[in-house]
This record gives sequence, C-alpha cells and structure tokens, in this order.
Amino acid sequence: MRRSTEGLNRRQFLQSSTTAAGAVAFGLPIIMAPDKSWALELSGTLDQHTADSLLVMARQLYPHRTLNDMYYGRVVEALDRAAKADRDLAQLLTEGVRKLDTAKHVRFMDLSPGYQVEVLESLQEEPFFDKVRSTQVVALYNDDLVWRHFGYEGPSFRYGGYINRGFDDLSWLPNPPPEASPPKDGKA
Amino acid sequence: MARIDLNDDGAVVIIGSGAGGGTLANELCQKGIKTVLLEAGKRHTIDEFVNDEWASFSQLAWLDMRTTSGSWRVSKDFENLPAWIVKSVGGSTVHWAGASLRLQEHEFKARTTYGEIDGANLLDWPLTLQDLEPYYARAENKMGVTRTNGIPGLPGNNNFKVMYAGATRLGYKEVHTGRMAINSRPRDGRPACMQLGFCFQGCKSGAKWSTLYTEIPKAEATGHLDMRPQSHVIRIEHDQAGKASAVVYVDQNGNRQRQKARAVAVAGNSIETPRLLLLSESQQFPDGLANASGQVGRNYMRHMTGSVYATFDKPVNAYRGTTMAGIISDESGNNPDRGFVGGYEMETLFLGVPFMAAFLDPGAWGAEFAADMDAYDHMAGMWLVGEDMPRESNRITLHDSAKDQYGLPVPNVHFDDHPNDIAMRSHAYKQGAAVYDAAGALKTIETPPYPSTHNLGTCRMSAKASDGVCNGFGQSHDIANLFISDGSQFTTGGAENPTLTIVALAIRQAEYIAQQMQERAI
Repeated sequence: MRRSTEGLNRRQFLQSSTTAAGAVAFGLPIIMAPDKSWALELSGTLDQHTADSLLVMARQLYPHRTLNDMYYGRVVEALDRAAKADRDLAQLLTEGVRKLDTAKHVRFMDLSPGYQVEVLESLQEEPFFDKVRSTQVVALYNDDLVWRHFGYEGPSFRYGGYINRGFDDLSWLPNPPPEASPPKDGKA
Repeated sequence: MARIDLNDDGAVVIIGSGAGGGTLANELCQKGIKTVLLEAGKRHTIDEFVNDEWASFSQLAWLDMRTTSGSWRVSKDFENLPAWIVKSVGGSTVHWAGASLRLQEHEFKARTTYGEIDGANLLDWPLTLQDLEPYYARAENKMGVTRTNGIPGLPGNNNFKVMYAGATRLGYKEVHTGRMAINSRPRDGRPACMQLGFCFQGCKSGAKWSTLYTEIPKAEATGHLDMRPQSHVIRIEHDQAGKASAVVYVDQNGNRQRQKARAVAVAGNSIETPRLLLLSESQQFPDGLANASGQVGRNYMRHMTGSVYATFDKPVNAYRGTTMAGIISDESGNNPDRGFVGGYEMETLFLGVPFMAAFLDPGAWGAEFAADMDAYDHMAGMWLVGEDMPRESNRITLHDSAKDQYGLPVPNVHFDDHPNDIAMRSHAYKQGAAVYDAAGALKTIETPPYPSTHNLGTCRMSAKASDGVCNGFGQSHDIANLFISDGSQFTTGGAENPTLTIVALAIRQAEYIAQQMQERAI
C-alpha cells in the first residue's frame, strides 16, 4: 500500500475510500473528504491535527463556496511538502496552529466560523499567517481545476487562440463602431 | 552570425538585448558595424513560451536578488520584486504588451511646462518631439504599429467593449483599440494576432513585435552580429585615457570573459544599467562610471500606475484576447486644473486567475476578496499609466551587505510617491471607476501598482553635464565611447508606455554612433 501511494503529486489523489483507509492503517496523516470519496496522503512532517487545522484555516482565508475541501487540501499538501524540506517551516506551522488553538482557549477547529475569522485577524501580522496565506494564494489559484470554477479557460494556443472562441462575444453592450474596433479579418 | 574575438577592440559591445539594445544592435549591423550583443538571459524560442502565468514567470522573469525601500506598497508586498521585467534574449520586449505611443511635445519640456515643483527634479529633455519625429516614424514602421503606416487597428475584445461603452457614455472621445506593435494582419514575416490572451508570457504566435525574433535575427543575417546569450556583464573597464575599453562578463559555464570594445552601450533596463555603472567604479572614477554629476541611479521613475477592476451582473470573460488593445487618451494632456501636472492614459489590462489572485489586492484575504474572485469572469479591468515626478531620492543604490550569485552587491530600489503622483492616481482611480459605473458596474476595485514594468530615468539625458548622465544621443557626458541605450535615458517619463520611444532613440543613437566612428571621434 505504501508503495502505491509514494510519489503522489498534487494532481493525483486517492480516489477510493478503501485506499484511504489503507493509508490510515499505515499511520500517515491524511486529508479525507467527509464522505471518504477522496483523500490526500501527507508526508508525516505535519501531524494530523496540524493538517486538519490548516485545512480549516485555508477555507477561512479564501472562502469559496463552490470549491470543495479537496482544493483546500492541496494547499495543505503544498505546505506539508515545503515543511518536509524545511524543518524551521514545520516548526512554524506546528506552533502556529498551537496559537490558533490557544487564542480563544477553544480548539480552532471547534470554533464557529465567525470566531475563526476573529482568531485569524488577531494573528495576521505573524510570520505563520503570512506563510500560510502567501503559499495558499499561489497554490489554490494556480490549479487548472480551480480555474474552471472561476470560468477561466486558460491557455488557448492549441485551439487557435480566442479569435474564433469568444474573444468578442459580449453581447449585452452595444458593439463599438469599426473606427474604434476594426473587424477581425484585418481589412479595415 | 559573426564570431568576434575577445581581443578584437573594433566592435561595439552592447549590454542587454531588449527594446534598446536589440534595436541598436540591428541598426548598427545594417550599417556594417561589428557588434557584440551580451545578454544575461537564455535564448528561448517561441515554441518554448508557456501560456501559464506562474510557469512563464519562472521561465522569463529577472529573479536575481533585489531589495526595496521607501513608502511604495510594492516594497511591502513584493519586497524582493521591485520590477517585473525579463531575463531572456529579447529582454522585456518578450513580456511587453505592445502599446506604442509617441510622447507629446510638452512632455519633452517638462520643466518649462510644469514649472518648478517642490520635491521634483524636473528637467527639459535635450531634444524635442521634432527631433525625434522621423525616428518615431521609422520605429512605427519597423514594429508594425497599428493605426500607422496604413495598418488597421486590432479588433476589440470583450474587455475593450466594456471600456468603450463606459468611456463614450462618460463623454470621452479618444477611445479605440490602440496603437499596438501587434500585427492585425500578417506583416514582416509574422502572422496576425490570434487573440491568445497571453501577451505578457511571450507571444506564441509571434504577432507581437519583440527583438527576439525581429531585430536580432535580422542583425545576425548581416554577418556582423555576435550574439551571446547567458552572458552576464559584471563590469565595464576603461583605459588610462578614461575611455571604455572592455566588458567583463560571466559566460554560460560560469567563466569570466573579457571582451575588448571600441564603444560600449548599456541597455540593461533602468535598474541594472545604473547598477553596472556603479559596480564599475575605479580609482579614476571612484563614484562609478559616467557619474561626475552624481545622477547615476537617481530620478528613478516607474510611471504613475494603478488598475481599476469592476464586476458586472453579466459575463465579460475579459481574459480572452489581446491584453492591452484598448485605450482612452482623453486624460493624457497637461491640465493642472485637475490638481496635478502631466497626464495619464487608461488602457485595457486583464490577468489570468493566478495573477489576479496575487495582484488584485496583494495580501488581502477573507470573504470579500473571495467574493471578488468569484466574480472573475464577470469582471473588466484597466491599467492607469501616467507621468510620475522624477525625484533625486528615488534611486538605485548598491546594497551594503546583500550579494548576488557573483558576489556583487545587489541593487536596492528606493521609491516614494511624489504628492503629484498620488493626486494623479487618485484622479485616475475615480475616472476609471466612473467609466465602469457608466457601463453598469456592480462594484469597482482600486488595485495598487504592480511591480514596475516601466523603469525609467536612472541615467538621464541632460543638456548640461551637471544635471544628468548622458546627452541627447545617450552618449555619456564623461566618457565619449560609453552610451546609455535604454529607458534609463529618459529625462522625464511622459504619460505613454515607453517602448516606442526607446526604439526611436536607439535608431537615432545608431546613426550618431556610426557618424562618430566615421569621424574617429570615438
């Protein structure tokens, strides 16, 4: 089982609950969907509680209702990967979660969303906060599956560009006259 | 392509292959002048360009260590990325958006027109619009600028449609798809624009002018150019007579080389150019080369910039198509009644999801920011670009302790907005928002300046040697065979995107260098 999950990258995740259960059996921290439909296995650098708390933090930092936890799980995966290569970072994240837990004397994960935001606001000048946020703003939004949720189609070269794929398909405003916006055939 | 011996002291050595250096190289080679072109970055082909913002950034951006100081927000949000420019053959012409505008007549006479302004180091250029007009015409023809030389404008994309509707409802008159060095139809062996939406990531169709695949191969075809990629210049040397004599660089294998030179032209963009002059200090020139005036590195300008984004209740899909083919020029004149001198342009601009997240409001988080991102495909955007005030204290200096990969002091970029910059930006934000409100915006967002793309003024031209670094031909006041060939020459910034002016100056400088060589003045 271990062998089959080694070398996982962020685009791959365990698809069946059977496999996820296997990872649990092996003892590595994982991030799992509530319905166990998917799971991400972590390196073990961050403990399960730290990983779970970072997932909740990631959701509060950039809360998109249309994105399920899987995408936020990838942010935790990115932090875990970076922490594996950087012991100081691992400590920063672990101690940061401890601060999240002690800010209101109730575990961060157990707080209501409103309190969670309050805790994050109180810590936003901390290096821990900055590291999580700056990692997330790249990791979350640099995911081509996430792009679809925002209606962003990304690269177009292989399809011949957007010239015949809607670059000027906006129809709820009047079209500019040809002297301002010549026709696309290059004959003005 | 020529092979020029390291000990050949007959060639012009150019440092940097972007708009200034790449153009100068071709112009000199066309006149039969032997030229060595040294470029710190790699030579990429169009096929290698990646239409993915972060991946392309890693491939193309100049990421050598830099530091920042001052009150500008870039220093807080991107403390080691003062500028978003390119390390690659073609320089920032790989990354630029293509807007090609002439400076206006009064902008060459900023000191005369705007008068004495507290805290600004204003000066008139030592040349006029009339001096530069023939070269602007040649640059427009060379680059294939739309709306010049009978070349039609580009078709407007969705982002332009929103801009046009709002601008005309607001009463603006000068609104169109711009003067762009992007082919609206095939020209000069390059195809028409495919509306890819990745102008900043290197144009994969080649419709956008870049020295990488225009000037440089044309120069190579003459047999006079020795183009050396991955050649990072660390020092310019001079002889006992105080003339530039050689350039020391680190080659692709990490070995130091010394290329002798008849003349040296520096075109490393407005941070590296003054840095190199400062790094080249010697017993004879203890403050750095060409720095008798003390102005090397000073008067750093980056244009008054900012962006306005707006969300609508219907889809826009503004990321599709040519990034900057849309302009409102009505605010570009000098009208001090607005509360500031100089003017600004409003130009379409849009980012992909990854960069929108990073730049819309750097550092922001929470429900409101997420809601703005949720409206991504219902959003339109514009960039504001105007004249900023030159200030002696805005400057490039060598860092006291931080060193680069070659053990040399990294550049520090210090910048504080002048009150005129803030007054202009404030006006521009309000007008940009008004444009979108007139088009039916639900919400408008003021986005702060991105890391600088227009870096100007740090080796400025001046009529008097005591006021600047070079004369009206970019020839340094102190060393006759040392030239400044990039945007560092700009005496003031004007409101317009600078590339066309850099190219026009390079064409003019090439004529001057050829003439000086013929007269044996250099």
